Amino acid sequence: MDFEVVIGLEVHAQLRTKTKIFCSCATSFGDEPNANTCPVCTGLPGALPVLNRRVVEYAVKAGLATNCQIVNDSVFARKNYFYPDLPKGYQISQFDRPICLGGYLDIKVAGQEQKRIGITRIHMEEDAGKLVHPEHLYGVSYVDYNRACVPLLEIVSEPDMRSSAEAVAYLRALRDILVYLEICDGNMEEGSFRCDANVSIRPFGQQEFGTRAELKNMNSFRNVQRAIEYEVERQRKVIAGGGQVVQETRLWDVEKAMTISMRGKEEAHDYRYFPDPDLLPVQIPAEWISDLGASLPELPQAKKTRFISTYELAEVDAEGLTSSRALADFFEEAVKRFANPKMVSNWVMSELLRYLNDEKTSIDACPVTPAGLAALLAMIEAGTISGKIAKKVFATMYRERQNDPAAIVAAQGLVQIDDTSALAEVVRQVLAANPAEVEKYYGGKQKVFGFLVGQVMRQTRGQANPGLVNELLQQQLDAGRP
Amino acid sequence: MELYAQTLTQLQQKLQRREVSAMEITESVLRRIGEVDQQVGSYLLVDVIGARAQAAEADRRLAAGEAVSPVTGIPLGLKDLLSTKGMRTTCASKILEHYVPAYDATVVHRLRQAGAVLTGKLNMDEFAMGSSTENSAFQLTRNPWNLECVPGGSSGGSASAVAADECIASLGSDTGGSIRQPASFCGVVGLKPTYGRVSRYGLVAFASSLDQIGTFTKTVADAALLLSVVAGYDHHDSTSVKEPVPTWHTLLDRDLRSLTVGIPQEYFVEGMDTEVEQAVRRAIGFFADQGATIREVNLPHSDYAVATYYLVATAEASSNLARYDGVKYGYRSPDADGLLEMYCQTRSEGFGPEVKRRIMLGTYALSAGYYDAYYKKAQQVRTLIKQDFETVFSSCDIIVSPVSPTPAFRIGEKVDDPLQMYLTDILTIPVNLAGLPALSLPCGFSKSGLPIGLQMIARPFAEESLFQAAHQYEQATDWHREKPVINGSAN
Repeated sequence: MDFEVVIGLEVHAQLRTKTKIFCSCATSFGDEPNANTCPVCTGLPGALPVLNRRVVEYAVKAGLATNCQIVNDSVFARKNYFYPDLPKGYQISQFDRPICLGGYLDIKVAGQEQKRIGITRIHMEEDAGKLVHPEHLYGVSYVDYNRACVPLLEIVSEPDMRSSAEAVAYLRALRDILVYLEICDGNMEEGSFRCDANVSIRPFGQQEFGTRAELKNMNSFRNVQRAIEYEVERQRKVIAGGGQVVQETRLWDVEKAMTISMRGKEEAHDYRYFPDPDLLPVQIPAEWISDLGASLPELPQAKKTRFISTYELAEVDAEGLTSSRALADFFEEAVKRFANPKMVSNWVMSELLRYLNDEKTSIDACPVTPAGLAALLAMIEAGTISGKIAKKVFATMYRERQNDPAAIVAAQGLVQIDDTSALAEVVRQVLAANPAEVEKYYGGKQKVFGFLVGQVMRQTRGQANPGLVNELLQQQLDAGRP
Repeated sequence: MELYAQTLTQLQQKLQRREVSAMEITESVLRRIGEVDQQVGSYLLVDVIGARAQAAEADRRLAAGEAVSPVTGIPLGLKDLLSTKGMRTTCASKILEHYVPAYDATVVHRLRQAGAVLTGKLNMDEFAMGSSTENSAFQLTRNPWNLECVPGGSSGGSASAVAADECIASLGSDTGGSIRQPASFCGVVGLKPTYGRVSRYGLVAFASSLDQIGTFTKTVADAALLLSVVAGYDHHDSTSVKEPVPTWHTLLDRDLRSLTVGIPQEYFVEGMDTEVEQAVRRAIGFFADQGATIREVNLPHSDYAVATYYLVATAEASSNLARYDGVKYGYRSPDADGLLEMYCQTRSEGFGPEVKRRIMLGTYALSAGYYDAYYKKAQQVRTLIKQDFETVFSSCDIIVSPVSPTPAFRIGEKVDDPLQMYLTDILTIPVNLAGLPALSLPCGFSKSGLPIGLQMIARPFAEESLFQAAHQYEQATDWHREKPVINGSAN
């Protein structure tokens, strides 16, 4: 029997606020354990939460960017359960009145039509602390509350995805949006963008969902893809073998490349949600929502579409350039100064990204400025330097944080040789020095032409105007043809 | 008259005129504690060193002519659920027996800023759950008027300490009557302000949507003074309200002829002690004599108030008390094996029976499948109760009723019957559900010599009308001048 895969995703995005959701402690990552704590985030008796306005702002932005309806009197609820890193014995979250409801995202998987994935809800909540188990002390646990009360958005999708590729496309699109909004750093490895997947399968045509498993602990897009694929295959085998899939939570084990049962349904909690009496309903005046809407940046998909239509770029290039807001901005800044989008795109996508990747530098810290790149490309177009020389100049610009390519060209004597008589002399020397190759050329081996051009370029250390070299070489070969 | 027996108003004037020093007042109060607290049992902790240091500082401020407040140099006691930095805060529970807060509650901070002398921490029912202070894990507090009787609860220590002159005034908390009922039992003035009037930051929570910090004083004027120091918006408490804080004590005079007094029929319940009813009716007669309009009114949903309260309060309590798990502070069971056992044994050994009873009730009320039938329904009834009051206040300025159906009962009398105990708060609970301000003041004595209290209820943030009506009544009567005889020593 053939099965249809049904996937829904729950994403936890850590918000990039300076302070925690209910107190003024810092949210910075990697500080000394319990350095960023106070009576509120450690849940001391009598301490009370006070909502961080910025968190609401970020949640509204995320909702607007994903086409959600903003609920203007959403309610914080208490989710009651016992865990040592949960200081109050409950987590403050949102339950039946979350801040955003009913949105969607459009995704595109290569080779398929664009598809719309529903977003059920987005809600605000606090993170818990972290347990530390020292290796040398058996039976001892420490608790670090630095992360307690750090603001999170939980973004819940509809079970609209039908393949691991769709799930990853949705996750990427969602992450790109949150990063574009500058409300989340999107770092999956550090856990600031984490995802749980609900995966089930059902026979094609069946309306009811199959029994689902919840997958946790996937800290990269690749792991999400692999975990889902493994899980689908596992469920297929269970059913094929006459068994039944049980509802449970499963962990993705990266080492073993398999999902492992973590806990079954019978241990499911009764969280006893109820509205937190310490916090008032979140009132969001319509004006505030419209101001936040007006402040939204152009989002990745809109930007990509515009790049294709305005700059006539290929879809793959437009997608690459718009994958990061800073990269897109860099591109547009450069195009403003050098109006050949295709050429700028090629240079950004190849040279620039290669250097950045090699040095693990982000575009924000790129030593070459858009103006510097534009000036370099203008020199190629003017014929002052060849493309090959330009790459050398670019290397210097990058390494020495030098954004005046003309100065580098002048200092290193890299100006293109356009002097016909000087180049004609070099061509003559090359032909004289390679009689065997010339012979082959006349014998019909056209490829040798390229070799001879290369020799000329070498003699001139790459500075010869390539067009002129071609012309002169052709002339002299034709003239000498037996 | 001994300094300890005087009112806040009297002592403040004497301090301003430099007739006495804060140190003299403080020593007088500390001596009084030494004389009677063995019998009364108000204090869980007396901070002699801290109080003397604060008195010295107050005298320095007074001598230097620095700005002073109504409480500068005045010895005040605190219910032991108000967080005090560096000073044990136990909530009268074994689970917090050795807990020392790292921060001051906002009200404590305000009192310190104002130069008050903090004498120590006062006994209470464990986590403010109870109506007799018999649920304290540490000691019994006795009613200064009859040591065989309870002082009321849960702020029993705060009430008995003021009645026994072991402090000039004190702070307590009122979740369902926990200030008004013990004030009534001990013959002092107890004020529960409007919900949101005083910051709850640092008040160890019992039921967050009902808890309110308030005052115990010897007179209405003293209540007005003390409230003006601790009230006001606090950015640490989202439920505190940005209302201006008037200097109430300068606004006490009022012509009662323009006053309309509502008498809720449902509050003169069957089974009410006749002495209580008579005393309250006489007090109502006073207002009529002064020319006030007396109007019979109805609060039709009063019958449901106690049930509603015990669903809302226990639900919130079950959640608020989850943090006492032995992980970070407080008591941890010494011989538990594993995490779950540590939680279970810590809570089994750390909490007393009443607290456990309420945690279980609340957990049940919130649990899946019962939420709609209990918690949600209770919230709906709560709205109806609130609306009852709104209707009455469209035609009345204040509502007058008894505080408790009976005067103080005997120690041990109701301990084994929780339902009987819960019913003692039947007349005070609706006020908390509606978030209103209310005041309890003495309006007579039973034949056996126990005080009887009069309750006045006002619109939200209309503490002013409470103070005015109560002050006029107090001026015309002598009940507040009576003093209990403890240990053979009266004043």
